[in-house]
Amino acid sequence: MGMLGEINGKPGVAEDLGVLRFITAGSVDDGKSTLIGRLLYDTKAIFEDQLAAVTRASSKRGQDAADLSLLTDGLEAEREQGITIDVAYRYFATPRRKFIIADTPGHEQYTRNMVTGASTAHAAIILIDARKGVLEQTRRHTYIAHLLGVRHVIVAINKMDLVGHSQTVFDNIRASFLAFAMDLDIPNLRFIPMSALRGDMVVNRGADSESGGLDWYTGETLLQVLEGINVANDTVTRPARFPVQLVVRPGAGTDFRGYAGRLESGALAVGDEVTALPSGRSTTIREIVFLDRQLPVAVAGDSVTLVLADEIDISRGDVISSAARPPRAAKSIEARLCWLSADAPNATGRFVLKHTSRSVKAKLARLNDRLDINTFARLPSPATLAMNDIAHVTINLAQPIFADTYDTNRTTGAFILIDEATNQTVAAGMIEQL
Amino acid sequence: MSAAALNLAPRAESAALPADSKIRNHLDWLESEAIHILREVAGECANPVLLFSGGKDSIVMLRLAEKAFRPGRFPFPLMHIDTGHNFDEVVAFRDMRTAELGERLIVRTLDDSIKRGTVRLHKEDDSRNAAQSVTLLEAIEEFGFDAAIGGARRDEEKARAKERVFSFRDEFGQWDPKNQRPELWNLYNTRVHKGEHMRVFPISNWTELDVWQYIAREKIAVPDIYYTHRRPIIRRNGLLVPVTRLTPPREGETVEEASVRFRTVGDITCTCPVESTAATPADIIAETAVTTITERGATRMDDQTSEASMERRKKEGYF
Repeated sequence: MGMLGEINGKPGVAEDLGVLRFITAGSVDDGKSTLIGRLLYDTKAIFEDQLAAVTRASSKRGQDAADLSLLTDGLEAEREQGITIDVAYRYFATPRRKFIIADTPGHEQYTRNMVTGASTAHAAIILIDARKGVLEQTRRHTYIAHLLGVRHVIVAINKMDLVGHSQTVFDNIRASFLAFAMDLDIPNLRFIPMSALRGDMVVNRGADSESGGLDWYTGETLLQVLEGINVANDTVTRPARFPVQLVVRPGAGTDFRGYAGRLESGALAVGDEVTALPSGRSTTIREIVFLDRQLPVAVAGDSVTLVLADEIDISRGDVISSAARPPRAAKSIEARLCWLSADAPNATGRFVLKHTSRSVKAKLARLNDRLDINTFARLPSPATLAMNDIAHVTINLAQPIFADTYDTNRTTGAFILIDEATNQTVAAGMIEQL
Repeated sequence: MSAAALNLAPRAESAALPADSKIRNHLDWLESEAIHILREVAGECANPVLLFSGGKDSIVMLRLAEKAFRPGRFPFPLMHIDTGHNFDEVVAFRDMRTAELGERLIVRTLDDSIKRGTVRLHKEDDSRNAAQSVTLLEAIEEFGFDAAIGGARRDEEKARAKERVFSFRDEFGQWDPKNQRPELWNLYNTRVHKGEHMRVFPISNWTELDVWQYIAREKIAVPDIYYTHRRPIIRRNGLLVPVTRLTPPREGETVEEASVRFRTVGDITCTCPVESTAATPADIIAETAVTTITERGATRMDDQTSEASMERRKKEGYF
């Protein structure tokens, strides 16, 4: 499976750039399932028995050829109804990196599912049918990717074979996309013409056709773009944030006291000055422990245990941060909220807000506006919220959280709301103001 | 915080990456994610348990738990649901590894459920794979566990591809695929009411190849039957069926000896080896990189019964 085997499991091989997570946005009509099937098939992530099962299922349904979209239809209930219920995750790998695809369905719960998939994605592929051009859903998908802080957007203009591989069609779609996306300020935006069905410009450049095919396109294939995306710079250069998950104190016969967690942004080295919150006390890092090793430095993404020079009262839910640039303590936040629940907010407006490793009681104090995701118009003071609504809200907190705005930090700027009566996750929030 | 704001320490962040920060490869990323998940279970769940069978995925889970919690002890016991149909080598390995780690192992057996009458097999030598769900749910109830951590991976099977990292189970232990909690960022909703529990899958995002690359990198020991050995087998329906006390040859079948290894080590009656000469993790990585059949497709008789067999088992409490 894949070509990763050539790396032979050795750590630190320069070619392995780690993991890239991406989301594919589009409907079945745009060829989304075909695109995912194509990526998996051409990177050899599809096994013979999976293909055989799909071929069997296709012929049971009276289809002649193996329907690659069936590879991504997981559940019995979905196959019965011919729909896709929920976010599914797919995997493939090349010698350069491992990829995780969040595959989200395109029906009425789309906003909720795409928000979920995009929350962890480094990149988004926005699929456009070359015959149809930019549609309302294109704007919606692009906006959600932008809202969730996805910094790399790839516009895949698909079915180019059905428009005679026309460069003019491609250029026109590109221009109309840029016309609306300009305001969104997406840091890395790319356009690729392709035919997922034929496999042109997905993994391979594709076979020449009589018309010369996509010869006029000299840019990278989709896979080349995905392989080249640099994700480290998005987090490592930010101020250090280390939400404490656990205090490690083995007791008996040792005075070891360490703080276990994941460094969510920045870098920390032994000797660095840090501040613990909420205590506000500063000290330095004595050791960075990783099982039986001591590390000189930890960077964003590393799960480690920190030992500090001074004894400070720190417990789960606290944050150890850069002393020079600590996060803000906030008891009231302004946030962009995506309502995920089928039920409207409960009448009390009270929830549990989970932010990094900290959970606090929260009150939904004000609904400031609701966004019409198709027109981007803001409707002031909505009375309530329904599933898939995106709203601007004010939330008051019983205890402070130590946060950053979402546009500066996707981990310390994000939270979920949980309804205590049902235990359901009812909303996802991105902090805009502290 | 004003004091902190005034601090002009020379080591404050610069825009440049630290000189000695190597690029984190995909195994580093997967490992860190799994450690984060294990620590969230420990931080949020009152009474978790780690399922340990002696199979390779759960052996990897133990290594990750060491990285998450040492020098402290594991904040949960280990538990094996013993079908009584295990390979001897795997059970011996299970006990050896638990002793090495100095952690507590709970064993609950399917035979006890049979004695209680809660598991009724059609035939004495039926596959016990699906029935172990009953024993698992009984053990969860007996100890009041609110989270059971397991080594299942999303690449194993289509139904698993849609499962959350923190997967909610109702008071009957059932998974409802249509009504899963949305899971965003790395913010896991771990809350359950009494009698309900979570299944937690820290290596959800790993593939079979990732697991073997990690075993190679970390030099992790696994039971010998994962590597090539000579074994009497029968060729049946495209699978190599091992000849054991529970799976004797049928009338007219020819027993032959072959060089094989196991890709999975579940219930003896439904787990088959593949032909292989791979003697080391590196050999297996090389084989896995070019193999054309999925892990379960080559080795599990029970997953082939229908397009949805895993999904149905999971809805009833199976891992």
